[in-house]
Amino acid sequence: MASIKADPSAHRRVQGLVHEDPARGIFRVARRTFVEPDILVREQALIFDRCWLYLGHESEIAQPGDFLTRDVGGRTLLFVRAKDGVIRAFFNTCPHRGAMVCREKQGNAGMFRCFYHSWAFNLEGKLVNRPGDECYTTEAREAGHHDLVPVPQVDHYRGLYFVNFQRRSEPLVAYLAQAAEFIDLIMDQSEVGMEIVGGTQEYSIEANWKLLCENSFDGYHAVSTHATYLDYLQSRAGGLVKRNLSVGQAHDLGNGHAVIEYGAPWGRPIALAVPAWGVEGEAEVNAVKARLETRFDPARAERIACLNRNMVIFPNLVLNDIMAITVRTFFPAGPARNLVNAWTLAPKDESATMRERRLFNYLEFLGPGGFATPDDCEALALCQRGYANLSEAGWNDLSKGMLSPEPKIDDEVQMRVFWREWQRRIAEEG
Amino acid sequence: MNATATLTVTRAELEDFLFLEAALLDAWRLDEWLGLFDRDARYLVPAAGAPDDADPTTTLFYIADDHHRLTERIKRLNKPTAHAEFPHSRCRRLVSNVRLLGGTDQAFRATSNYLTYRSKMGETQTYFGHHLYEMCKVDDQLLITKKTTFIDADDIRDQNKVSIIL
Ligand code: FES
Ligand SMILES: [Fe+2]
Repeated sequence: MASIKADPSAHRRVQGLVHEDPARGIFRVARRTFVEPDILVREQALIFDRCWLYLGHESEIAQPGDFLTRDVGGRTLLFVRAKDGVIRAFFNTCPHRGAMVCREKQGNAGMFRCFYHSWAFNLEGKLVNRPGDECYTTEAREAGHHDLVPVPQVDHYRGLYFVNFQRRSEPLVAYLAQAAEFIDLIMDQSEVGMEIVGGTQEYSIEANWKLLCENSFDGYHAVSTHATYLDYLQSRAGGLVKRNLSVGQAHDLGNGHAVIEYGAPWGRPIALAVPAWGVEGEAEVNAVKARLETRFDPARAERIACLNRNMVIFPNLVLNDIMAITVRTFFPAGPARNLVNAWTLAPKDESATMRERRLFNYLEFLGPGGFATPDDCEALALCQRGYANLSEAGWNDLSKGMLSPEPKIDDEVQMRVFWREWQRRIAEEG
Repeated sequence: MNATATLTVTRAELEDFLFLEAALLDAWRLDEWLGLFDRDARYLVPAAGAPDDADPTTTLFYIADDHHRLTERIKRLNKPTAHAEFPHSRCRRLVSNVRLLGGTDQAFRATSNYLTYRSKMGETQTYFGHHLYEMCKVDDQLLITKKTTFIDADDIRDQNKVSIIL
């Protein structure tokens, strides 16, 4: 990786990329941030190499020996549950000459064997077997160079596992700040736990990764970009739930995390019925809600059941608890392209019919074949193309509701929270 | 012998039908394409690499439409506000390896391989995979009761998204 220290002018060039003028209610972001390779190098060093990054959910490796491989923060990682139930993460590279040790997306294994020279590692990453072991000196053996390299820090919060590539950093729970409370609103949806449903949506967008951060909780674009989705909702038996899309609030959660929380006209498996689900569906949803009411005070039960939340945990974890729950993370593949992984999270104990409704709901809006996400992808790709003109048209505007005493979800406060943190980190001395 | 229990459909007949289907999609004649489907038909696209028995009620697909949602998908794609497909992309679908998999005229299965090119704003995506059809023959007309399109790639990083009917 190019060193960010090599060029002393680089630090100067990243000051003022986010321009804020509170007195005049103006907030702008330089379009250079989406196109310049130097900025991507700094993002790698100052954001992805330093922040807590989402790796996966515990339910994805539920049994001892379960593993999965996943690219996170520019690394290729191996996420594994050992025989003792402990979850670890390793860099998926052989200590011998570097080959990726595991080539499967997921599975269950007793050990990992690198096929190149057949070194074998147990689930704790220790070398347990290799041809010609007797030819190594005791010193070579004991230098500790022959085991899989663990990720420096792995930590979890309510089933969500994160990695950090620094040896020392603030603990995960401190990093999450008030986002933890909003994770609770999702994880509290089941008494026995939440699980990632089988099936991953691995797609891509021809746009800078930060545009997807913005878009994931952009309350301003829904009515314009997603008019055809709202038409679809209207078309279903009984039409829309009477909930106004724009009523809600945006919250700064600290450390660059933010959320919008609001009512919306779609159904929620937990727990807001729509007429299209019929009497049976409504009865089932009401039972789910009644169960919440026995576990939480009425206000919290109502909030979990009926309100929607779009949250971005800095830098790149999206948890959207909307018509279904999407867990989405994405990494840059160059300034103008990002690779997206999306999953759906659901209560382990929900009924088969509710699970079916949930998956049906997810696909009506979300994902590369949904009624909405493809149009988001198109919008972001068009923004990226527009930045070809940045020499003359160099700034994005995020001033909406800048001086509103109570920011609405279709204001842009949540994006401003993201951008302030981004600017703070990107302008740090390497 | 009971005629209803046999499969009188020939591969040539099936190929004509599937080639027509591809031509309608290439020409964005989507309402006519929808007319090839039975009133209770479903249209499914599992996540890339999914097995043939993937189930949309237990795993996350890209598309799992009942007939109502498929109809709405077509209405949507006909609107200029379906932004991902405005203006409509240029597409060309190649269909081959057509096989009848058995059944009767009332309910039979068929498969084909496909290679679909989509071009928009100077970029071209290639989709490849196979379709599984559940069909019937009513009043001498072939009808689709279920179409499942498998994308036989590891993922859709190269294709970005699935905004067209495959
Ligand atoms: S590179 Fe893995 S055993 Fe040699
Ligand atoms: Fe959107």
